[in-house]
Amino acid sequence: MKTGTIRQILLITDGCSNQGEDPIAMAALAKEQGITVNVIGVMEQDVIDDQGMKEIEGIALSGGGVSQIVYSQQLSQTVQMVTRKAMTQTLQGVVNKELQQILGGGRTVEDLPPDQRGEVMEVVDELGETVELEVLILVDTSASMKHKLPTVKEALLDLSLSLNARSGDNRFSVFVFPGKRNDVEKLLDWTPKLESLTSIFSKLTTGGITPTGPAIREALTYFNKKRSLRSLLSRDDESFFEESV
Amino acid sequence: MMMNPSLKNLCKVIPGTIIDGKWHHNRYTIIKELGYGANGIVYLARHDNKQVALKMSDNGMSITSEVNVLKSFAKVQGSALGPSLLDVDDWERPGKKVSFYVMEFIKGPDFLTFLQQKGPDWTGVMILQLLADLQQMHDNGWVFGDLKPDNLIVTGPPARIRCIDVGGTTMQGRSIKEFTEFFDRGYWGLGSRKADPGYDLFAVGMIMVNSAYPKRFTKSTGGIEEIMSKVRKSPELKIYEKVIFNSLTGKYQSAAQMREEILEIHQPDSRARKRTARIQQGAASQPSAKTVGSQPPGAAGRQTRKGYNKKKKKSTFVETVTIILIISLLYFFYIYSQIT
Repeated sequence: MKTGTIRQILLITDGCSNQGEDPIAMAALAKEQGITVNVIGVMEQDVIDDQGMKEIEGIALSGGGVSQIVYSQQLSQTVQMVTRKAMTQTLQGVVNKELQQILGGGRTVEDLPPDQRGEVMEVVDELGETVELEVLILVDTSASMKHKLPTVKEALLDLSLSLNARSGDNRFSVFVFPGKRNDVEKLLDWTPKLESLTSIFSKLTTGGITPTGPAIREALTYFNKKRSLRSLLSRDDESFFEESV
Repeated sequence: MMMNPSLKNLCKVIPGTIIDGKWHHNRYTIIKELGYGANGIVYLARHDNKQVALKMSDNGMSITSEVNVLKSFAKVQGSALGPSLLDVDDWERPGKKVSFYVMEFIKGPDFLTFLQQKGPDWTGVMILQLLADLQQMHDNGWVFGDLKPDNLIVTGPPARIRCIDVGGTTMQGRSIKEFTEFFDRGYWGLGSRKADPGYDLFAVGMIMVNSAYPKRFTKSTGGIEEIMSKVRKSPELKIYEKVIFNSLTGKYQSAAQMREEILEIHQPDSRARKRTARIQQGAASQPSAKTVGSQPPGAAGRQTRKGYNKKKKKSTFVETVTIILIISLLYFFYIYSQIT
């Protein structure tokens, strides 16, 4: 079974958006394009207000992903857990769809007896280990995030350590919002390693508004751009093969 | 690991609740909560007048995953590390379905509590038992993963160490799914999160450190020196200093090898002791040269790959420049010939 690539947006924020499109709608848009949106809400001593909490859960829900609110000390473990959990969730969705076609009647893995469920789970585990993964990380750099950024950096390095232990390929890219000129600014282009973040992150300036919605929308175009470029490439490949045959 | 608060509420049940299995029709009465892990809550329950441990989660897949591990343990003859699996089933509560599995109830204090009661003399013995079990597990292609004192229980008498949470158990060669930072090689910058025997042995080393520092400590700079300075400050860890160092720096190929060295430390025979010292010196002198950078074994491979990429990039650059030069030269001649 071919699964292709799992695409995720990981949003790290500490509160409510206050400019531009509704981030929940943008997350739904992402889901329509096969991209999962996960959200991590980072707290310090302060508590995230009700509205912020609702938004974080809402984005993950409509983006088909996972959300988690954490204190910044626990960020490292949470980032890797959320990413992994969302990945498993997506894979389970794929496997479930295949199963539904086989079993019929809208039955899912959960309807199988426990023994057979175990075999399905092994397939999901195996896929989780080998599937290609693309994670676009969106970091909120509004003023309140300033002193949390070093922890965010640590957590992202930790994420690349965890995921690079898999045998499948990973690609990460990092965006911050608000950017210097635009709503979003690219920090790091698609790369299998996040180590190069160390030097870039210390130079980051924080401040301004929180345009979460526009940030997600921009991020989507970045996935698309890349995909169309790649599909172009692969089409070239195909024609090349045809010629050579 | 973080606990999803909603998860905890979903499979929260009060003592006295009766759990009916949907598939196998077994009946369990909840006695009390024993604790909760990353993926669910474990209860003490009664079934046919026997006490059992019952783990529940609304995330059916994580239960299934753990059951797979326990089943594969059952195939290993005489393995006593994990609890034995008794039943797997679903419980249909009104409105939702909760998956659960039932295992043998392992009774006793956890590793650190046991050491506090009995004294540090028992550290060595318990670690020896643990290493023997780990060796068996590694031989069967598994790595425990989330190895920590909280997951270790000492039953008895006679005292016997057992593991209670197999949620982190991973096939060798795959990536570690679940870990606790203090016991994680990656957290300290001392290696990858790929499941290999060395990953577990690192955790064993840290368990020994934890026995002297029950409150643990957080990383400031990371690296081997930070941990070793703590080890040297502790009187009860002194005799294990070399073993801990070797386990943390990935010097041991197998749990059996580490076990052998701990045994030799406890050997009153001076000849054996001398030999140990020599082995340890040999092992220790190697890494001390590169302690400052303390490269994990995986990092070396990564670096060479990076180097290769750089070389490749360089060569493509040279290629590009040459092509541009040649074309501009030809163009120059062409223009020149046009003029003349």
